[in-house]
Amino acid sequence: MTDEAVRDRSAGPSESGALEPFEVFRQEKDGGPMVHGGSVLAPDPLLALHYAREMFSRRGESVRLWVVRRADVHELDDPDVLAPPLDRSYRKPGGYVMRDKLAAARERAGTSKPKARDKSR
Amino acid sequence: MTDPLALDPVLPRAERSRLPFNAGATHSERFEAFEAHVVAGGKVEATDWMPEEYRTAVLRFVEMHANSELMGVLPEREWIMRAPTLRRKLALTAKVQDEVGHAQLLYRVAEDLGKPREAMFDDLLAGRTKFHNVFHYPTKTWADIGVIAWLVDAAAIVAQQALRDSSYAPYARTMQKVCWEESVHIMHGRDVVVTLATGTTAQRDMLQEALDRWWPPLMQMHGPRSDRSKDRDLHWRIKAKTSEELRQEFLTIYVPRVWELGLTLPDPNLRFDADAGEWRYSEPDWDELRTVVTNHGPRSEARLEFRRLARAETAWVREAILAAPRAAA
Repeated sequence: MTDEAVRDRSAGPSESGALEPFEVFRQEKDGGPMVHGGSVLAPDPLLALHYAREMFSRRGESVRLWVVRRADVHELDDPDVLAPPLDRSYRKPGGYVMRDKLAAARERAGTSKPKARDKSR
Repeated sequence: MTDPLALDPVLPRAERSRLPFNAGATHSERFEAFEAHVVAGGKVEATDWMPEEYRTAVLRFVEMHANSELMGVLPEREWIMRAPTLRRKLALTAKVQDEVGHAQLLYRVAEDLGKPREAMFDDLLAGRTKFHNVFHYPTKTWADIGVIAWLVDAAAIVAQQALRDSSYAPYARTMQKVCWEESVHIMHGRDVVVTLATGTTAQRDMLQEALDRWWPPLMQMHGPRSDRSKDRDLHWRIKAKTSEELRQEFLTIYVPRVWELGLTLPDPNLRFDADAGEWRYSEPDWDELRTVVTNHGPRSEARLEFRRLARAETAWVREAILAAPRAAA
């Protein structure tokens, strides 16, 4: 969805358009997900990383930073592709409701509901 | 293994749900779809299509906010060299650095809306755009620094918290980070204030005087009451609350905390009206607000001049960066 118009508008002060937006991703702790933090404007990845460190880790709140040229991000956000209007409940645990069927099964088998497991053991 | 066809829509175009600002629509259809989207609580990203009216409104709002963060450090930096202890000096320096960082984040948000940073600095320094009223006043004593960090930041955070749900998503996300950092500033400011409140008579007097000085600008800070139905920023959900709602929220949280310290506020009419469920207060001096924000405040010109000087002195850095070869390109 990134169109040229947007990128042109966000170009920096340079006539040659030497500054460009980099998207910043940060990891809060080792093993955690890389989460989008914001963006910085820089002429190259190295300076983008310096800016990102100043903006997103002053308090030591990140253990890792990524910078990615916005122009290098490819996006898909069409809801008709990502979440088409089809029933997907069979893919989710909540799609399986068996309370009544279980009750019927117990009745047929002449059993009762097992006691809750003792978690202290 | 991925089938590229899997990225095609499942339904034929005629049966697809209407995207909010479908490229195929006419301008007015797009506009209406966009408006319906944001009014219903939908979010807008920097790369989405948006009407010029919306783009301009968000830009104006964010630019004013960015200007305020940038200019807001000037009163505080005046006290870095005079901070009473090393720890206070470190905390104040960190706060100043944070606020400049907020300005950087916000200018970045504004840049994406189409105005280059240099143009925003030009407009700010030429007086064509504004910054918040509270940053046009002098700081007379160390107690001012406590009151600014506690109450000015508190009044600001009340507004900023309401912006975490802005329809313009990059702004909303920035506000989440900013609010997280501001909460430290408020604790720092409150600690300065409580320390003075438990100090000598001279320190208590100094604190009370600072509070008396800052209260009128604080009451003006959120602006005059406005008509909710006529406020376009509210309609677009760029912001969520009116100025009066923000002021009431600020008073509800902070007036009791000021009174708790045995301090007074210089308004004989200030009281909570339990029947109406809101605070009563003397009408703030809106003429003073207008005078001050149009750069006719006591320190407006001096602060702008300082910023002009700083910009001129750092011009070589920007030139060096822009001229540098693109290392990893």
